[in-house]
Amino acid sequence: MRLRQISVAVLATSTLLLGACSAGSLGSSDDSGGGKVTLSFLVDNGPETVKAAEQLAKDFTAKNPNVTIKVDTRPQGTEGDNLVKTRLSTSSMSDLFQYNTGSLFQALAPQKNLVSVNDGSWVGSLDKNFSITVTSDNKVYGAPWGQFMAGAILYNKDVYSKLGLQVPKSWDEFMANNAKIKASGVDPVIQTYQETWTSQLFILGDMHNVLAADPQWADKYTKNQAKYATTPAALEGFQHLQDVHDAGYENKDFASAKITDGLRYLAQGKGAQYPMLSGQLSQLIAENPGSENKIGLFAIPGTDASKNGLTVWSPSGVYIPVSTTGAKLDAAKKFLAFIASPEGCTSYTAASKPTGPFAVKGCSLPADVPPAVKDLQGYIDAGTSSLALEFLSPVKGPALEQICVEVGSGIRKADAGAKLYDEDVKKQAQQLGLEGW
Amino acid sequence: MATTTVDRTARTRNDASVAARKRAKSPYSNWFYLPAAIIYGVLFAVPTLTSFYFSLTRWSVFDSKFIGLQNYVTFFQEPGLVSGLWHTLLYGVVTSGLKVVLGMLLAVLLTSQIVARGYLRSVVFFPVLVSTIGVGLMFTVLMNPERGLINQSLSIFGITGPGWLTDPHLALFSVALVDVWKGVGLATLIYIAGIVSIPQEYFEAARMDGASSWNTFRSIIIPLARPATVTVIILSLIGGLRSFDLIWSMTRGGPGFTSDVIASVIYKQYQAGFYGLSTAGNVILFVLVTAIVLPLSRFLNRKEVEL
Amino acid sequence: MTFRRNYLLSFVAIVASIVVFVVPFAFIVLTAVKDQQQASLLDFSWPRHWQLVQNFVDVVQARDYMVIIAFINSTILTVVSVAIMVILGSMVAFVLQRRKSRWTGLVNFLVLSGLIIPPAVVPTIWVLQKLGLFSTMPGLILVEAAFGMSFCILLFRAFIATIPRELDEAAIIDGAGPMRLFFRVILPLLRSVIVTVVVVQSVTVFNDFTYPLYFLPGDQNATVQLTLYNFSSQFGTEYNLLFMNILLITIPPLIMFLFFNRRIVAGMTAGAIKG
Repeated sequence: MRLRQISVAVLATSTLLLGACSAGSLGSSDDSGGGKVTLSFLVDNGPETVKAAEQLAKDFTAKNPNVTIKVDTRPQGTEGDNLVKTRLSTSSMSDLFQYNTGSLFQALAPQKNLVSVNDGSWVGSLDKNFSITVTSDNKVYGAPWGQFMAGAILYNKDVYSKLGLQVPKSWDEFMANNAKIKASGVDPVIQTYQETWTSQLFILGDMHNVLAADPQWADKYTKNQAKYATTPAALEGFQHLQDVHDAGYENKDFASAKITDGLRYLAQGKGAQYPMLSGQLSQLIAENPGSENKIGLFAIPGTDASKNGLTVWSPSGVYIPVSTTGAKLDAAKKFLAFIASPEGCTSYTAASKPTGPFAVKGCSLPADVPPAVKDLQGYIDAGTSSLALEFLSPVKGPALEQICVEVGSGIRKADAGAKLYDEDVKKQAQQLGLEGW
Repeated sequence: MATTTVDRTARTRNDASVAARKRAKSPYSNWFYLPAAIIYGVLFAVPTLTSFYFSLTRWSVFDSKFIGLQNYVTFFQEPGLVSGLWHTLLYGVVTSGLKVVLGMLLAVLLTSQIVARGYLRSVVFFPVLVSTIGVGLMFTVLMNPERGLINQSLSIFGITGPGWLTDPHLALFSVALVDVWKGVGLATLIYIAGIVSIPQEYFEAARMDGASSWNTFRSIIIPLARPATVTVIILSLIGGLRSFDLIWSMTRGGPGFTSDVIASVIYKQYQAGFYGLSTAGNVILFVLVTAIVLPLSRFLNRKEVEL
Repeated sequence: MTFRRNYLLSFVAIVASIVVFVVPFAFIVLTAVKDQQQASLLDFSWPRHWQLVQNFVDVVQARDYMVIIAFINSTILTVVSVAIMVILGSMVAFVLQRRKSRWTGLVNFLVLSGLIIPPAVVPTIWVLQKLGLFSTMPGLILVEAAFGMSFCILLFRAFIATIPRELDEAAIIDGAGPMRLFFRVILPLLRSVIVTVVVVQSVTVFNDFTYPLYFLPGDQNATVQLTLYNFSSQFGTEYNLLFMNILLITIPPLIMFLFFNRRIVAGMTAGAIKG
């Protein structure tokens, strides 16, 4: 009996001692002695992001042997948002981290939590459309990660040419195409609600069309003077989602399909069109090699064919939290400068094929980019593009994806969905302490 | 009688000293509470109590602002909540009900003289060991409407299986079934323990009286395994009402909001950074569960004492 | 009960158990050894190519041997937090069951609250930070112990109730103090219940994924459930690796179960009465 007690006590204390230092890394121990600095770099766990982060870390260390960068990952989506905010507020953030720009960046309270990089010489070489999305109170806080993306419709060119279809400029043309595609036995519109965020493209990617109808809409929206439910042009997005469902144009397994299924359907021509972020092209290429040559891209069509244009997402950013100080801070700033340089772009390209224009002057796309990226570039060069709402207004409700799934699955009607989203948005605006809410 | 009247004062003095000794040095020292109380108090009670305050604020991790009851007002306007409230009750009742019934039947079966009893006990308990996330991922695959094993098997018999997790009317129920699949082993175990601890004399007496197995079950096992029933009901009801992991890993409350329970609504608000609002939801869930479980457990336990 | 009926019943029970419990598990195993292409079909079929070793190596090597680190972390977390729960929980349960005092009501209330109230994550982080325990293994250990304590106390209390008070009284007459009474007389009688509590709580803590995510962030601190979480998005389509990972992290609870299989049920019965 006594022996038992003792052995339990010994076990408990020894494990407590062990517990004091958790296992840590099995890799090489990297003490920061002798002028060497190790930076931790938190990125989202998307395969392409991780690949690029590791490549950039490697190339940076090759140039600066004193600095080692260790890549950590976090979940994507709202879980990741939460993690980032919690770690920032508890000063336990990694030395550098990659995170969204625009409204999500503003929600991090940059003045309080992030180090401004205004003094970096590279800030001047940033694309204006990017730098405004990482600016708070006239100070720039981040370097661009990745490239501009479009929220648009990826389509299978083979299906289009076989059926003799033209790229639609208006919603009516789009629906007419859909009818022909369906008649040929191909699913016209691919939807993948197993990953709920993919349901929002018809609404979020419609922003250029909304702004074409009312250029001041985003400002009014921020001031609580315009609503989705009461602005006909904004309500269109919800209506489109409902139309596609009501007409039976979605793939049969829309409720259980994932992005990878959607991309495969598109690549194989089982589905003709997929409303998606163009950034997903890199996954399409990775998983369906060779298919990128038959995939094109067009802007989400609106009511007015003459005003149709593309809605564009700014790249995400890399930031330094205020908890990074001393030699680490210097090294971190250097790394940001590297990211925002042509060398950084080259390094990124080596790991992951670019799917849109870079936000750094002097970075160019390789000549052999896939056709969809050329299509994207075409819209930007023609000046028919706008930033997505999340870069123009800090107001973004968290439940849009669920609401879109409901509208796109026929559970809720478009106008009810829009009304519900207006309510959802109110919480966010109040949380941010915006005026007029 | 005689002894009690001998010396009144001596007896009182004796009593008093016994009481004093008891107070001074009870064999059941209240100090035993202390270590647990410190850990519990600091890491559970304090955060819970502060959450009452935080539920009255608009709190964004970076700062908080007192706004009174507004979070509660907002929460009750949250479309997910009204249906979430109903879903939570439904989920709790369905899972705990099924666990009670199936757990008891399985326990009776597994304590009777049947072949491969050891194997059956192990296999029923096995899912308890697998992580909730693992179970969730596994059943999401099995319940895939087009390619999942369940619907593939049904199609052999010419049945077109439903979209278990994608049909808005079915999703919550499917998750509840998986919850039962995973949790019934524990309920069975508790019941087996309850049945095994029933003195053999009762069964022997019943056999002497020539009672049928149904009668044995009804008049011996059900009443005498009552403590086990109380435990299973209370534990699985609390688990069910608070359930989150499984729902989150299987449907994330979807499609849309159709399998949202309060815990997942809270979590979504939390994720969105509405910490005050989420904490208000915590308080609401706390009140709901307490309002159901406390009276129920008091009721069931009182009955137990009477028995 | 006749033999014939038993055999029929046994047959039905075994067939049902295979369909309901064995097939899903077999599905995990089969998928875990398939190649990626076949695994992505999600069907219940015999593997074309056995990739047991290959998949195992892939999972172990993924993200810098993260699974191994996670296993070490999870083991420490589970062993220590469950040890705390068992010792402190049984102490509370003992006094709670035996002695009616002005504390009894409050303690009962707190125990039930602990079972009912969903922990408030951010305030907990706030407290941990004040104590300097946030993002440390001891912090998470104490959090798990605090959150799991109620369940232990309830189980212990129920079984202490079946231990006759005469035993205590006999020990007290022999001159045992509170500590000796508990650790020398009562605790040994709880042995079989302790096995049950240890198994149930180890499985809970080992399988927990929410709390490590918040209270012990960072890849170098990952616990096993978090590796699953990373794989499920990083290897969204690589079901073979995902299921191999599920399989790997199910092994420790499985070993524990096989080891204590007999004693779990014994522990839940009131064996203590006879002891």
